[in-house]
Formats: sequence, C-alpha cells, structure tokens
Amino acid sequence: MCMRDGLLAGFAAGLLAAGVLALPATSPAAAAEGRYGFGTPATPEELARFFAIPPDGRGLPPGRGTVARGATVFAEQCVACHGEKLEGIPTPGIGGDKLIGGRGSLATKTPVKTVESYWPYATTLFDYVKRAMPFSAPGSLPDDDVYAVVAYILSQAKIIGPDDTLDATTLPKVAMPNRDGFFPDPRPERRLYR
Amino acid sequence: MTHPPVPIDEKARRQIDGMIAAEARHLAARRAAEDACPCQDGMFPAGPAASRRRFLFAAGSAGAAAVAAPALAQTAPPGAQYFAPQADPTKEQGRPVAGDGGYGSRSQFETEVRWRYPTPNEHTSWSMTPLDHMLGNLTPSGLHFERHHGGIPTIDPNRHLLFVHGLVDGPRKFTMADLKRFPSVTRRHFIECSGNGLTEWNKPTLKTVQGTHGLLSTSEWTGVLFSTIAREVGLKDEAAWVLAEGADAAVMTRSIPMEKMLQDAILAYGQNGEAIRPEQGYPLRLLLPGFEGNTHIKWLRRLEVSDKPFMTREETSKYTDLMADGKARLFTLEMDAKSVITFPSGEMKLPGPGFYTIAGFAWSGRGRIQSVDVSTDGGKTWVPARLDTVPEPICTVRFSLPWTWDGKPAVLQSRCTDETGYIQPTLRELVAIRGANGPFGSVYHLNAIQSWAVAADGSITNVHA
Repeated sequence: MCMRDGLLAGFAAGLLAAGVLALPATSPAAAAEGRYGFGTPATPEELARFFAIPPDGRGLPPGRGTVARGATVFAEQCVACHGEKLEGIPTPGIGGDKLIGGRGSLATKTPVKTVESYWPYATTLFDYVKRAMPFSAPGSLPDDDVYAVVAYILSQAKIIGPDDTLDATTLPKVAMPNRDGFFPDPRPERRLYR
Repeated sequence: MTHPPVPIDEKARRQIDGMIAAEARHLAARRAAEDACPCQDGMFPAGPAASRRRFLFAAGSAGAAAVAAPALAQTAPPGAQYFAPQADPTKEQGRPVAGDGGYGSRSQFETEVRWRYPTPNEHTSWSMTPLDHMLGNLTPSGLHFERHHGGIPTIDPNRHLLFVHGLVDGPRKFTMADLKRFPSVTRRHFIECSGNGLTEWNKPTLKTVQGTHGLLSTSEWTGVLFSTIAREVGLKDEAAWVLAEGADAAVMTRSIPMEKMLQDAILAYGQNGEAIRPEQGYPLRLLLPGFEGNTHIKWLRRLEVSDKPFMTREETSKYTDLMADGKARLFTLEMDAKSVITFPSGEMKLPGPGFYTIAGFAWSGRGRIQSVDVSTDGGKTWVPARLDTVPEPICTVRFSLPWTWDGKPAVLQSRCTDETGYIQPTLRELVAIRGANGPFGSVYHLNAIQSWAVAADGSITNVHA
C-alpha cells in the first residue's frame, strides 16, 4: 500500500471513528482504491440534457431541417437582432453580429469575421445556436429548428444550396470556406528572444 | 516612433468610440467629485473633503426636488452606506458594534468603481478594474473586472451540481458540500482578459490605465484541484481535453488541454477569504492560472473529458488571433508577461517638480516575475525597479522606483522579465509579428510596453513612444 492510500484510509477511519460529520462517510471501498468517495454517480439520464458538438458531429441530436423552414425560423427568432440580410444590427439594445459576408477579406487591411468568412466548422454554429440563441430565450429552439436555421444561414452564405437539408449526418460534412484557416499557437514568439 | 497606422473596420471603430465615450463619462463623474485644489488635481483618489462636497451637492439637488423634505436625502457610492460625518469623533460615541448587520462595507468616502464598456447589449459586456487606485496587490472582490456573455445568473448553491463525465471510469456529480470536503488549495493568481488593451493597437486611445489595462485583477482563490477530482472519477488513457461549461445564459464553453487541467487547474469556490462573488462565478468557477480570462469558466456546472477539443464558438470565431496573412492562431491560451505603471498614469497631474514614487503592476501567465525595469526617457535607459511584493507563480507583483522629476517632459515606461526569460516587448516588436490588420485582426494578447508622457505642466497622457 502506498503512502497516499494509507493516508486516505486513515483519514476515512478517522472520520468514521469521530463521527463528526452528518455526511456519508468515505466508503471503505473508495478508500481502498485511493479515492475519497465523495459525490455520487451521475446517471445517463442526468447527463442526457448536456451536449457539446465537436467537428465530427458526435452527440448531434436526431432531427433535420431545411433551408426553407430555416427562413421561417430566422424571420421569427433571429431577424430582430441579426437583420433581414443577416447583416447584423449594432444599435444600442440589440447588438446582433453580422452573420455572412467578408469572404476573402481575412488577409486584407479590413478583415470581416463572420460565420461565412471565418468560422471553421458548421458544427460550432449548431452548438452555439442550440446553446445560447435566441438571446431573449436561450436554448429554446427545438432541434429541428436549430438544424433549419443553421441551414438557412449557411445557404445565405452560399456554403450549401437552397434545397439542402441538414441533419446529424450531413451537418459535419459541410465544408466551411475557412476550414483550414487556423494554426496552433506558436508563442512565445521566438523573435522576441533575439 | 510608432508603427505604421493600422486600418480598422467599422465595427472596431464603433467599439473603440464606445469605450472612449464610456471612459469620458467616468472621468467626468470623477472630476465632479474631486477637490478644486489644483495641487490635488487627479493625482490622488478623491479625499474626504472632495467626497463630502459631492455628497452635499447630491443632497442639495435632492432637497431642491423635494421641497419640504425635513432631512436631506443622503447618498453613498456603490458598496458603501451613508453616515453623517462627525464634527469631532473623539467627543461622542461612534456607531454600535455589528450595527451593519454583521457584514461591513467600504467607507462612503471611497468612490472608485468599475465602469462598463458600452456594448449595445448590457448583458454581454465587460467592466474594468480601477488599477490606478489599487492600494495593494489583491483586487477588492467588488472591483474585480467582469466579462459576461449572458448576464450574471443567480444560482442557489444548495441546488448547484458539478457533473464530471466523458472519458472517465465513472461519471460523477458533486454538490458544493461534496467539493468542499476535498482537500483544498489557496493560491494567489491574476486573471487577465486576453482582450485587455484591444483599443491600443493602433494609437493611444483610452486615457486612463483603467481603460487601457483594467481587464486585470488579482485574487486569492480557494478550491479543489482538478487533479484531485480526476483521481476520483478515473481518467481514460485517451483523455486529452476537458470541456468546461457554465450555468449562465450563454452556457459558456471552452476546451482546455488535459495537461493544464492536471497541472494546476482549480475548481474555485473561495475568493479573498469568502465565497466567490456572483460576478465571478458563484458558487463555482474554473481557475486556470495564466490562461486567458475567458477560459476560467464561471458558474461551472460540467466538465466533459474528451480526446479532442470541441471547437466551440469562443475558441474559434472568438479568442483566435488573425494574422496579416489571413491565417489565425488557435488556442492562444497563455497570457504573456506584461507590466504597467499605475502611478503616475493617464489623467493624473504631478503638482510640480520633486520626488515621486513610480509604481505599478507586473505579471506573467508563465510563472513568476523575475525583474522589472523602469525608464523615464521613453526606453533609452532603464533602471531596475524594486519588487514590493514577493513574486509568486502567475500572480501580479507590485513594483516601485523612487524618482525625482526635474520638471521637464518625460516618457515613463516599465518592462518586465519573467522567470522563463521572456522580456515584455515593445508595441513595434509585437505589431511586427502579429501584423497590422488592426483591432479586428489580431485583437487579443496585447502585452506591449505602455508609455505615459509627462508634460512640463505635470499632466500625464497615454502615448505610443
């Protein structure tokens, strides 16, 4: 038995002997494994409400959405902040980002960063809309509507076609224009050591 | 002696104009509170006489509005309560013990506040720490800078749970009481937003150090190391990243390399000796010493262990650094070494030639500060400053240097070196690397040497030198 295990077992035994805490004591099994045993197992049901969608699409929910349906969702849920032409509305009290345009601007003196010009993964757009949009009622859109509004934005950005449908299979395959536009952090910058 | 002009786009210009206006409003309010005595003008925090005058003014206005008000309506600054100043506190009893209900507040004569950057939407915005009026190394919790993306949630700690799952042997959930049973650590660390100074790439823009550097704060943090929790749940061999998720309206997420999580990540529930403030993530936040502020997920509710990063919005479309060639740096997590002189600094005024103590902060996301040099001639010559606090890993230090001002124009700069040997660069050096695509190219990670010009009349301004 290594020293840490011994310490933990001793700690657990001390707790039991003193009976000082109303909390469940460390289980002998946990202590034997070098654990404290605090906390409780999380069930699949409890974890089911969480999501985070990486580029490979793991965890994308069932459902599907068309560009046409997305136009309706956008008009109902998004246009007030992001504008009829997805151009963004910077005025006080609103402040929705510009969503499309700017393609080819990144290497110029006036780069314009949008979903179209800058975002490397379509899965990120799905994740963010499902997570935090619309701003006035975050996380309220049904998955079908999230797929649909993502399809609408990507179609307005001419990244997918007007008749395309997005679902868990097709979304991760969307080729974003700036997919290869990122590279790992090279800092600390070597030039600063010359 | 500045770099070539940096063109900026319309959005950048709007943001910068907004910050200039917000700082101007804050300065106007501060000036209204200051004593008329020119020798004190802007140099020191507003003293008792000045503050009293402001309160009397405020009281007078209220009295005029309510015609027959028997007593003057008294006001106190945020975080304070008003009490009538005593003519001679040695001749009558003071306030009773615990008359404050058991939780104290700051003096009504202390008026420093954070001011908010006027984003169009007040739920997604930031506020700045008044570094020019900090008296020690720790930031008072009520003046710690803020950056929120969906407002400040109100969370009942008795209902708050932290889930840890993904590539682990056994997913678990922890109550706050569970987390507090684990062995804890207490460490002093700074947090700096990587957007600190974003207005300053192109030209000197904001006037005060609160505006140019105020997205920096230092606290003593208490919590349980992630490595302790990792042993509890058991990591799979392929576990390489951890997604941290907040319980705010933005449901903020960032992917963190496992190496960092196991090195020194803290699940923090304590700040400066008490529970962390709601604005800082109550009841639980992730503390990643030396990483950019956005990664220190507040209101932490979930850690998902993964083999790859998730490429969330905040780590792709934001918090990436676009270079001049149109390619962007990804996961630029560490905060490089940086320092700034806070006395004297922008909008202060030296009353005349003579002795002053130049003072400021230095910090590095990669370790301890090793040394700080100060220049009074715009970087031509440097003198070692004294470190006034003991350097700790990834924590600010206070530095100072005695200085006799001869009354001639001067340019004050500080330059720090951290224990890795990294030397804080000039702005010209930094722009030469990051490119000149302006605040909407390489927005983040401006850690260049700051210059304050001292004019012959003693006034201090933000300059690029």
